[in-house]
Amino acid sequence: MPNINKTIADLYRTEFSKITSVLGKFFGFEFIEIAEDIASDAFLLATEHWALNGLPDNPTAWLYTVAKNKAKDYLKHDAVFRNKVIVQFPELELGTIEVDISSKNIKDSQLQMMFAICNPIISTEAQIGLSLRILCGFSIDEIAFAFLSNKETINKRLFRAKEKLREEKVKLEFPEKSALDGKLNTVLTTLYLLFNEGYYSVSKNKTLRKDLCLEAMRLCYLLIENESTNKPVVNALIALMCFHASRFDARLSKNGELILYNDQDTSLWNKELIMQGEYFLNKAASGTRLTKFHLEAAIAYWHTEIQDTIEKWDQILQLYNKLLIVEYSPMAALNRTYALAKVSGKPTAITEALKLNLHQNHLYHSLLGFLYTDIDNTLAYASYQQALLLSKTPNDKKMILKHLEKIAL
Amino acid sequence: MKEFLMVFRNEGMGDYRPTQAEMEAVEKEWNNWFGSIAAQGKLGGGHRPGFEGKTIHAGNVITDGPYAEVKEILMGTTVLKVNTMEEAIEIAKGCPILKEGGTVEVRDIMMMNA
Repeated sequence: MPNINKTIADLYRTEFSKITSVLGKFFGFEFIEIAEDIASDAFLLATEHWALNGLPDNPTAWLYTVAKNKAKDYLKHDAVFRNKVIVQFPELELGTIEVDISSKNIKDSQLQMMFAICNPIISTEAQIGLSLRILCGFSIDEIAFAFLSNKETINKRLFRAKEKLREEKVKLEFPEKSALDGKLNTVLTTLYLLFNEGYYSVSKNKTLRKDLCLEAMRLCYLLIENESTNKPVVNALIALMCFHASRFDARLSKNGELILYNDQDTSLWNKELIMQGEYFLNKAASGTRLTKFHLEAAIAYWHTEIQDTIEKWDQILQLYNKLLIVEYSPMAALNRTYALAKVSGKPTAITEALKLNLHQNHLYHSLLGFLYTDIDNTLAYASYQQALLLSKTPNDKKMILKHLEKIAL
Repeated sequence: MKEFLMVFRNEGMGDYRPTQAEMEAVEKEWNNWFGSIAAQGKLGGGHRPGFEGKTIHAGNVITDGPYAEVKEILMGTTVLKVNTMEEAIEIAKGCPILKEGGTVEVRDIMMMNA
């Protein structure tokens, strides 16, 4: 029995999003909730039926058949719904309706769903939440957990987002060629944030965090598999994800605590993911546009280099310079200063750090603490104390306390 | 937050062609300087003119390039997002062009359509 439950849980993760996307495409985005309900029903029926009769030979095909039949039943028995759907597809006649479950239609529907959901008319949190629900098959509980929120808030947020998309008459279709780059950018930003949600989350649930990262990579790979969306910038983003993901097992302890880059066991870095990242980074180099994702991927590439050389840090410094010129962010400003310390020494980096206007940021004071250590330990201690004062999570506080102890010795 | 314009000027290099390594070293210096300004969140947009140029004189006389008649060539412009002229000058002091014998002019920007 546990075997069947495990199979259903695994299938839910991979197939729920496909069934929902295909049915959503079939009915139109307007009826996305019906598509979700039918997909959920199919799984519910599977749980009951398989428990009694054992696993069918092909569980995936079984689910698709049930979902298809349920969709047809729905059309047959709900006249209001039928009239609305049939108006959309005037050529359809009830008896001959077939849901297309070819692998091409499944992939296309998922991509079109991605373009529909990653839409700036709804907030980025809503885009990520809807992506997790519809494209990744996450339960509302899991989404609430990932966002450190509760079920009710997430339900409300997703409901409002779907309403908004409906009001704007969002359609499940590929963007026009002229609009593709702009829409693709929104999609990539959402996937990037989805990945970061897993990678930098404060949650200690290691499995869930890894799942978020893997899902972001899977969705990005869907874009690579499609000719029209396989653009250099998409390759840059997936390269970035591969390089980061290569350190996933090295950067979290068994109980989910963060292990800093310098303290990681490099034998745990995943060589295969690094090689995949290099492959995609090469593909990303084919265009003429140098995007933020290209620069971040190149920075991540240099971080996979185990040797701690000046050359490595100078490359990273130059890339951070360029990244900051393209787009300022406090994290990039802090990381640039760290790289500068590695290249030009701590005194130079201190001068630069003091120009950064980031006094409210605990990481800024942690950086100053690091830079002053062994140069002026009184100032180093004071900086870490300030960092402790401003830090919010127990994990951050714990790490800062370790530094304070070291300096006090 | 106000905006100031930095104008970089230098003498032309004549026939001198720098080596690849020299060009990379200069580029790195500029990159570090711009990176430092950007890390402070003070970098606005900028322009780096290309190599083609015409000068238009009174009476519609057009001459080739900016190079023939002026001693100093406009190398580029950058906008700084800072509060005071003093702050802008402090940043301009670090400009690599000063080491190459060039100048940086700092001007406050008046919005034409404000």
